[in-house]
Amino acid sequence: MGELKNTNAQSAGMHTEQLSGRTQQVFFDVESRENEDRFLYPGAFEVDFDKHGEIDAVDLTAREVNTQIRDLMKDGVGSITIKNPGAKHSFGVGLLNRLNLTFEGSLGYFGCGLNDGPNIRITGRVGWSCGGNMMGGTVVIEKNGGSTFGNAIRGGDLVCKGDVGSRTGIDMKGGTIIVGGRTGAFSGFMMQRGRMIILGDAGMNLGDSMYDGIIYVGGKIAGLGVDAVEGEMSELECAWIERKLEMYGLKAPNGAANLTKIVAGKQLWNYDNLEPAEKKLVL
Amino acid sequence: MADIKDIDHYLNTDGLDSDREKDIGQHIGYRYDVNLLPDYDRLTPFLREYLEKMGWSDLNWLEDVHMGYEEGRPAVFDRNINGWVTVPADLDLPDSQQDRDMIARELLIRFQMSLRHPMVELNAAYRKF
Repeated sequence: MGELKNTNAQSAGMHTEQLSGRTQQVFFDVESRENEDRFLYPGAFEVDFDKHGEIDAVDLTAREVNTQIRDLMKDGVGSITIKNPGAKHSFGVGLLNRLNLTFEGSLGYFGCGLNDGPNIRITGRVGWSCGGNMMGGTVVIEKNGGSTFGNAIRGGDLVCKGDVGSRTGIDMKGGTIIVGGRTGAFSGFMMQRGRMIILGDAGMNLGDSMYDGIIYVGGKIAGLGVDAVEGEMSELECAWIERKLEMYGLKAPNGAANLTKIVAGKQLWNYDNLEPAEKKLVL
Repeated sequence: MADIKDIDHYLNTDGLDSDREKDIGQHIGYRYDVNLLPDYDRLTPFLREYLEKMGWSDLNWLEDVHMGYEEGRPAVFDRNINGWVTVPADLDLPDSQQDRDMIARELLIRFQMSLRHPMVELNAAYRKF
């Protein structure tokens, strides 16, 4: 981080301190061999994908289902099927483990959030906020999704093969959201990084107030939000999109090269420490 | 960001490039290209093994991990501790950002999975169930 210079803004007393990330003064130990073959978080369960388990959720609460998933993982079960989820809320959340999880049916609100690692497939639909705050892994929904799909997602792939509601990927900070159909208004609102691929149409105010990240749209865009602008596609991006879509059995309607790329215009950045008065002058 | 040609730009300079940055005395935005997509031809054997273990066909969450720069040193942002982890000074960095990113991903995995990661102590202290 560069030192503060004697700048115009500083001379005017407009800021006094430099903003920076929190440096932990933690160093990688590249000489260490102790973790050479370790691919799981400390405390995660060692599971076998070939070991199968099943839970019938018809009379169970979300807490009971989530506890049973955990118990099965503890026993080394790596592939779990949940039958009759009945569109109940908060199923399959907080899983910090490698796991294959299948829901045979639909989920309610807040399904599959806060996960880091599992590969989840939902054969039905999902309600609001599916995959919220997801950290890693994959979530694939075969039908439609509700609003705030993938809110604040930080990593992993969140895929809905049908349509989703409004505010898709609101506040997303990483990862990839793929929508096979249409998305509603304010998708990508306050997006900070990550990638969103919408193969169908996008609603009003797409990418409103986005700071960074990329949105690719295959259909029509009803309207761009504040500071969202069109960008240019690169060959690396086209190859990456085609590879990513193929993983989930999807295809760009007219080829990846013909998707519309939306990026931040970066006129709204407020990462600096300007005083509000000066910011008003700038904007 | 895409206009920066020197890979060590943020290691060798203060990063105040635009008139605006010079005026306010602060770099605006990330010090690396957060939108740089991975080149899968550069995957390391360790990363291939990790992806296979997790059952993923690509880098998944690691696509968002890049080699960044903090306080003039190469570093990797670890979201699990909300801070930068510094790369040792004696580690030779390749001249390609794609290769640097692959090293960053490998280092981060090794660190996060190790028993000396700060989350281990936090987990022991605060885990509820």
